Amino acid sequence: MIPGKFEYHAPETLADAVALLGQYGEDGKVLAGGHSLLPMMKLRFAEPAHLIDLNRIKDLRGVRDGGNKVLIGAMTVENDLIAADLLWAKCPLVPEAAKQIADPQVRNRGTIGGDVCHGDPGNDHPAIMIAVDATFVVVGPEGERKLPANGFYLGTYWTQLEESEVLTEIQIPAFNDNTGWAYHKLKRKTGDWATAASAVVLELDGDVCSRVNIALTNVGPTALKAEEAEAVLAGQVVDENLIEQAAQKAMAICDPAEDLRGDVEYKTHMAGEMTRRAIRQAVQRARG
Amino acid sequence: MKKTHITFTLNGQPVEVLVEPRELLVHVLREQLGQTGSHIGCETSHCGACTVDLDGRSLKACTLLAVQADGSDLLTVEGLAPGGELHAVQEGFVQEHGLQCGYCTPGMLIRAYRLLQENPNPTEAEIREGMSGNLCRCTGYQNIIKAVQYAAKKLAEGEVEAA
Amino acid sequence: MAATADTLERENKLEGIGCKRKRKEDGRFIQGKGSYVDDVKLPGMLFADFVRSPHAHARIKSIRKERALALPGVHAVLTADDLKPLNLHWMPTLAGDTQAVLADEKVAFQMQEVAMVVADDRYIAADATELVEVEYEELPAIVDPHKAMDADAPVIREDIAGKAEAGQGKREHPNHIFSWEVGDKDGTDRAFEAAEVTVAQEMVNQRVHPCPLETCGCVASFDKARGELTVYITSQAPHVVRTVVSMLSGVPESKVRIISPDIGGGFGNKVGVYPGYVVAIVASIVLGRPVKWIEDRTENLSTTAFARDYHMVGELAADKDGRIKAMRVNVLADHGAFNAHAQPTKWPAGFFSVCTGSYDIPYAHARVNGVYTNKAPGGVAYRCSFRVTEAVYVIERMIDVLAQKLGMDPAEIRLRNFVKKEQFPYQSALDWEYDSGDYETALRKVMEAVDYPALRKEQAEKRSRGELMGIGLCTFTEIVGAGPSKACDILGVGMFDSAEIRVHPTGSVIARMGTITQGQGHQTTYAQIIASELGIPSEEIQIEEGDTSTAPYGLGTYGSRSTPVGGAATAVAARKIRDKARKIAAHLLEVSENDLDWEVDRFKVKGVPGQEKTMKEVAWAAYNNVPEGMEMGLEAVDYYDPPNFTYPFGAYLCVVDIDKHTGETKVRRFYALDDCGTRINPMIIEGQIHGGLNEAFAVAMGQQLVFDEAGNILGNTLMDYFLPTFVETPHWELDHTVTPSPHHPIGAKGVAESPHVGGIPCFSNAVNDAFAHLGVTHVDMPHSAYNVWKTVHRLGLDKPSAA
Repeated sequence: MIPGKFEYHAPETLADAVALLGQYGEDGKVLAGGHSLLPMMKLRFAEPAHLIDLNRIKDLRGVRDGGNKVLIGAMTVENDLIAADLLWAKCPLVPEAAKQIADPQVRNRGTIGGDVCHGDPGNDHPAIMIAVDATFVVVGPEGERKLPANGFYLGTYWTQLEESEVLTEIQIPAFNDNTGWAYHKLKRKTGDWATAASAVVLELDGDVCSRVNIALTNVGPTALKAEEAEAVLAGQVVDENLIEQAAQKAMAICDPAEDLRGDVEYKTHMAGEMTRRAIRQAVQRARG
Repeated sequence: MKKTHITFTLNGQPVEVLVEPRELLVHVLREQLGQTGSHIGCETSHCGACTVDLDGRSLKACTLLAVQADGSDLLTVEGLAPGGELHAVQEGFVQEHGLQCGYCTPGMLIRAYRLLQENPNPTEAEIREGMSGNLCRCTGYQNIIKAVQYAAKKLAEGEVEAA
Repeated sequence: MAATADTLERENKLEGIGCKRKRKEDGRFIQGKGSYVDDVKLPGMLFADFVRSPHAHARIKSIRKERALALPGVHAVLTADDLKPLNLHWMPTLAGDTQAVLADEKVAFQMQEVAMVVADDRYIAADATELVEVEYEELPAIVDPHKAMDADAPVIREDIAGKAEAGQGKREHPNHIFSWEVGDKDGTDRAFEAAEVTVAQEMVNQRVHPCPLETCGCVASFDKARGELTVYITSQAPHVVRTVVSMLSGVPESKVRIISPDIGGGFGNKVGVYPGYVVAIVASIVLGRPVKWIEDRTENLSTTAFARDYHMVGELAADKDGRIKAMRVNVLADHGAFNAHAQPTKWPAGFFSVCTGSYDIPYAHARVNGVYTNKAPGGVAYRCSFRVTEAVYVIERMIDVLAQKLGMDPAEIRLRNFVKKEQFPYQSALDWEYDSGDYETALRKVMEAVDYPALRKEQAEKRSRGELMGIGLCTFTEIVGAGPSKACDILGVGMFDSAEIRVHPTGSVIARMGTITQGQGHQTTYAQIIASELGIPSEEIQIEEGDTSTAPYGLGTYGSRSTPVGGAATAVAARKIRDKARKIAAHLLEVSENDLDWEVDRFKVKGVPGQEKTMKEVAWAAYNNVPEGMEMGLEAVDYYDPPNFTYPFGAYLCVVDIDKHTGETKVRRFYALDDCGTRINPMIIEGQIHGGLNEAFAVAMGQQLVFDEAGNILGNTLMDYFLPTFVETPHWELDHTVTPSPHHPIGAKGVAESPHVGGIPCFSNAVNDAFAHLGVTHVDMPHSAYNVWKTVHRLGLDKPSAA
């Protein structure tokens, strides 16, 4: 398990990184935490000629307060998400989900941006980002674009990010007092990707569910937004009956790949079960 | 492919090595710098036998390029007892029989060392979670947990004495 | 001898048998100063890497090395054609078969070794493997062993297609290896016909891998000037490797030095001789430089060793009261593409016939059929004696199946069928002589400790609420300590083991054994045995193993044989020293030997207080003042051929709660009582049991080498292959009884494998028990959430939960 040869670049500014990407085009590949890319390179599934390491660009790290938004630098590592009081205060779903990713060492290196951009349906942040209505700020030779998480994912390892662009920041609207949230992830063991997982963010207006996002991990070619499941709950008083209907709607959109974690039927059922559990917990939290 | 000079602090000593960009940190530590305490168990960042402490964080050296360590402050198991006096985690592993074949041990120790700085008084559940990036095939983990608890207690006592 | 405060104090200072002393080996490991094979760095050392087959079954049309050889830093690319002139392209296996060292004209399993690249470093070697061009013609693969002997099955082993036998008896099909049976078939059949109740159950011990944290590897170094070959190797049996290497290479055994340095876990994986070792040695001889070969994790899981793959049908016959009258087992064994099982017995199924377990079963018959499939060879005993895990699994599952049919409690049926304490030594129906045991006491102690009736009551309540709770029992008997040489050998070398002990003039000791520790703590426990036998503190006793140039010949460490055989050799060698020391002491004290009493660490003249010589004093005298006619020095060697195996046993209990919506199983409680006879170091024993239980947990709950229909191995990294982390691993509760082995010099039986052998059926029984009230008799391992959910779902138990 030895990676192939490549030229290594460690720009210290975003502008340099973007310039390098522009220079090398298809031959260039951005290195974030490296815990997906380096294993793929060791297996020689990926053999980029130029590796552009973003780890030395300090501006891309950290969690900042943007008033009614939280601004997360793309190169912020999972453990720094978990350690960020601001996130626990304004968008606790993100650190709560981060705790369920990989293991302590990997979380010291793996970044939210890498997880978001890799396009692997097994990654957890895509569903989280969809659930929290995140916006991705990307910078390329043409300047900056802002892309909503919902719609960013086009297929497995395929997103709206252009080869010459770098994700720089993730903007997440702060939760309200009546926001409830949960991420339920079934995995075989610590460090594993999800067999299935479900992220739920909702708001209660009294007992009525006034807003809801439901997104699923690893049960389709990308993270999936379960819109029909959301529609079941929206504007309703959420009870077990509706939760079950929503879970069924979530299951209906699942199209998982069979692997050693389970067959299509199991993963689909687990997406349903994770959704039930996430909705229940989110409702409970929204009630305060 | 051209090689690059990198420098970093290894267990308190400055080192300089010439590496290919693709060389993994664990290989450079073991083969160029002769620090064979960090082991290779899986190569896919699952087992933690290669765990090192880089700029105050536990990392898996099988999934880091050596060039990425340029300028860093690196601690490996060989640096845990700089003056020859064993660190509390090392003592704990002996006292509580936290090791058998010894292969996972350096990674366990260097992770436990950092865990106890992140959380000086961890519960058993916190130890299990905090050490979950390190696999052991021999011990069934129970005595490693005791070893970490032993070290936590010893370090706390040391703090009291120091104060 | 009455214990006085003085003798007790002296005894404690020895830190001998029974002492929970800290390990002598820990110091180097905790400082990162262990010395494992991959740590070895020799001047001029080259690095080897394999080109491996992407196909499970294919003909090799051509191999082109030119591009690889053109890469700067590449020294050689070796293929079967290069090994042919040396007659090293095939090697004999311990099972009487032959195995391709490098694929010869065809490949028979995915990842098979096709060519070895030797280069300046591991990076260049890896690059070069990409440049070796191999053209294959794919052939249909056999993955399911049940199809191996179909009339139209593709022939896997064309090299022996026409042979009527392949080392283990008559073959009935080109993919057939052997048929083996044992026991009184007619008597068993009659007992089944006459029985009031019979049960039959199919079950599989899935293909798994021991997966020690350190993979296999070696550094081969041939010194052309001296004609000497040194090999640092990850081996559980270095002396045997030396013999094999000498036989294969033609280098005299006296010029072959095998060094097993620190070993990062073995668990059976490091018993065999693998192609990587052989080709690295050849490469070193050819190139005249040291060559290192270290497999990566994927290669390890895919090629070097597997365990189990036993497809069994178990049957029990009993009366209505649950007294077992007979047992029948039929097994289909998947041995992979070469019959390369690394095991020492004279039987193709190893110790499988210990399958009557802890129960007094009058009649038994077992039959095993071995077949070839397109999977990796090298079946090993994964933390057990060979095939004991399978044997214990089938009886421990079957007795639960029988209990279920009879509506009996699994504990009650065990108590009714146990071999009684007074029946030992007990002759089993399949001809084993169990040395000692007290099974009922063990089980009753466990039942009391966990309040068994209360657990069953809780279970009944939970069942009435639709919850899934399982209680698993396992009351196993193991067979370890291979073995009497009449029953076990490796390539004709009997399964003795050895110890050589030297007492230095100042009274400290060096001792060397033919075994090799891989985490078991031999440097500590052997020292403790010697300490107690010689009265010298264990701290002053240095133990060395693993270097064939210094240690006496031994058969190595596996099958829990170190304590039963190597430990016995150690005790006997120490006693030889004590006998000589007694003569010297008598000489020094000017009395007859018969006038001396041995007391902890000294010889005392009977009835004359103060007239005594300590072992340390005797040691000094041994080098300057010995009786006339006696040679100087104080040392002894013993090659111990045990009179029998030892039979450790235990009673385990496991409680699980199953999440019926996800299939996740939570092990709430695991209580393990072990009886390994005399306990040398309780701390080390407990550590071994923790580890064995965890490996049992891994096998029962998740481990499996999975293949697709084309024979591609799936999940061969630690992402998929289940090694439990701290988080999944249950908490272990331990207990013990002590029933010494009557034939072992210190009564010890061996322990490290009991928890694996006994743990697996215990977990499995617990999961099965959770469904027993629903009419489920058996579901196969691994009991992963996915697999458990399939049962839950089939039974319709996973209806959406209420809030």
